[in-house]
Amino acid sequence: MHSYVSRRRILGALGLAAGAVGGGALTGCSTSRPATRGPVKLRMLTWTSNERHLAVFNRIGAAYLEQHKDKVSEVVFDGVVDGTYLKALTTQIGGGDVPDLAWTFEGMAAQFIDSGVFANLTPTLTAVPDYHVDDLVDGAMDLWRKDGDIYAYPFSNSPLGIYANLDVIKAAKLPSPRDLLASGEWTWDKLMEMAAAIGKQADRAGFQSAADPAKDWNSALGPIWLSWNARPWTADGRTCTFAAPEMVTFLEWFHRQIFVAGAMPQPGQQFDFAAGQVGFRMAQLSMSAGLKDSFEWDFLPMPAGPSGTVPVVGQGAVGVVAQGRNPEIAADFLAYFTNKENSALLAAFFPPPRKSLLAVEALSTAAPALTSAQIQGTVIDQAVKAVTKVGHAKLSELDDPIRAGLDALWHKDADVRRVLETLTAAVQKIIDE
Amino acid sequence: MRSRAARIDAVWGVAMAAPAVLGVTVLGLVPFGFVIWYSLHDWAPLAGRFTWVGGANFVRLLNDDVMWGSLLTTLQFTGMLVVINIGLALVLALLLNQRFRGAVAFRAFFFSPVVVSSVAWVLIWSYLVAANGGINGVLATWGIEGPNWLRDPQWALLTVVVIQVFKGVGMNMVLFLAALQGVPAELKEAARVDGASPARSLVSITLPMITPTILMVIMITTIGSLDVFVPIQVLTQGGPGRSTTVISYLLYQTAFLQQRFGYASAIGVILFLVSLLFAALQWGSRKRWVHDEV
Repeated sequence: MHSYVSRRRILGALGLAAGAVGGGALTGCSTSRPATRGPVKLRMLTWTSNERHLAVFNRIGAAYLEQHKDKVSEVVFDGVVDGTYLKALTTQIGGGDVPDLAWTFEGMAAQFIDSGVFANLTPTLTAVPDYHVDDLVDGAMDLWRKDGDIYAYPFSNSPLGIYANLDVIKAAKLPSPRDLLASGEWTWDKLMEMAAAIGKQADRAGFQSAADPAKDWNSALGPIWLSWNARPWTADGRTCTFAAPEMVTFLEWFHRQIFVAGAMPQPGQQFDFAAGQVGFRMAQLSMSAGLKDSFEWDFLPMPAGPSGTVPVVGQGAVGVVAQGRNPEIAADFLAYFTNKENSALLAAFFPPPRKSLLAVEALSTAAPALTSAQIQGTVIDQAVKAVTKVGHAKLSELDDPIRAGLDALWHKDADVRRVLETLTAAVQKIIDE
Repeated sequence: MRSRAARIDAVWGVAMAAPAVLGVTVLGLVPFGFVIWYSLHDWAPLAGRFTWVGGANFVRLLNDDVMWGSLLTTLQFTGMLVVINIGLALVLALLLNQRFRGAVAFRAFFFSPVVVSSVAWVLIWSYLVAANGGINGVLATWGIEGPNWLRDPQWALLTVVVIQVFKGVGMNMVLFLAALQGVPAELKEAARVDGASPARSLVSITLPMITPTILMVIMITTIGSLDVFVPIQVLTQGGPGRSTTVISYLLYQTAFLQQRFGYASAIGVILFLVSLLFAALQWGSRKRWVHDEV
């Protein structure tokens, strides 16, 4: 028997968890899900509950409603806590309560597109007058296109940069990162050399990546290893390259920075950049909102590695859920939600993927703590040429085995090459299944 | 023929039991039936795939090293937690059963974690057991270099066990205390008059008298420890390596992170069978050591 789920299933994923983990439970039944007639309610699942975000979304929704009363009765933005977002989306789809539109992270792009979670938007977007598909930054759309078709709109296209605690740097008598940038000496090696000097001080950490490498390898390592031309698998995703020379070189270097140079805290140590404990921190412009005036800081582009400087963006994208009740109407709303005019509204919070909107004035609302020079140099100039972290159609299956395999690296006596060879075998097995 | 009063009693009995029966059925048995049904499918909700595979998930489970490793980790976790928790709870209850100044504060100190949110409790501990956290800070003042509690595979599971023990020991302590206070004073007095030492009185009178409570506490602590989730999710995410990947966390990963709901359901069925086996063994052994069980 082979059937695709096209029926309503009230007993969803929570029922599974309940039966096994001892939690709550639901009941089950099945009905078909025909397209509805008459005005429909559209629901977008998001991972923000920020009232300012929702106010802008509701404003766009209300304007769309006003123009499409015959097709749509209500537009709802359903905010879910960030850390539980994917669980919520899965549970809702599994339980038959399918949202019409949903957000996703760049790491899940290939999986969402390849497995048909998101519907093809190209017919709608190309049919809408003044949508200007050609205004979208090519690099920003790479993950969301397949065979020339667009499957999601990366409403947030935020480059990663390096926050530097200038007070800590001055106290350690180290050169200004901005001067290094100007003189072309802003490299990962130089950054780590400075970070090591800071890390030698009591209760200080030199450099923190965008995440803990022991918990979120792709966010922590993915934006850096591209500057070594290292990738975990080939472009077609069929061959694992964790043991390739570039990756071995990169991870030997990374391991040395932690356990020999002391440039990064060891896994398990806790430091907080916002509390002034860390010299350098990789993050996006949104982190600037949480930085107080208790110390002087700067926000710089990514440093150069052996293969040059590779700007990297973190993305959040919105797509139409193919299993939803009204994918055509949802696609029409998405086209409205992300047109140039509304993208300008969204740019108050999220750096847009539209070339015409990448301007200091548009982004200064999103990050008022950043100077014009920081927005231009670290956000806009990088966004237009940035790439995304690598993804894979099986990333959700690969993610934890890679985390578990890389855990063998996070102690001082690790044999990096051997760890990566073992990991490669495990990853290749999953890819081949 | 039953009297009218007996029939009314019977109706009242059914009415009183109905909510519990309904609850267990709707919230337990029916979902578990669905879990078994799902375990016979390849179910990926995001992709919309729901394919009948029969027993393939169970066959694959039998050859899955990760699942067997996880099951072993679960048994280690459960064994350590049950022994430490119940041993400590019993000692604390015996201490509290003596009258001394500050007993109320002592009891409140150990019981208060029971009413604290699990996530909050674990987050507080995450700062204490960080490699540069409070516990290692204290150890450093004594010249001791503490381990990397959550990142060293030798320590991570034990650290999570200890955090869970302090979260739940207060409840078991209170249950033991209630049982100890139910031991007839005349029995202990008779033993004392016959020349029994306090230790002999404890071993031969007090502990045997509270064995029904010990059995209950062992059963609920075992079942509770088999489905531990929050401290693993917050503190270790199953690592380092897979040293803290207990089976309930593996189930979560398989379903919600890997999107393999059918396979996760099969893991759920295995977890249910393990829980059932433990409960059956403990219940079956009661006649050998539990007071008043015949």
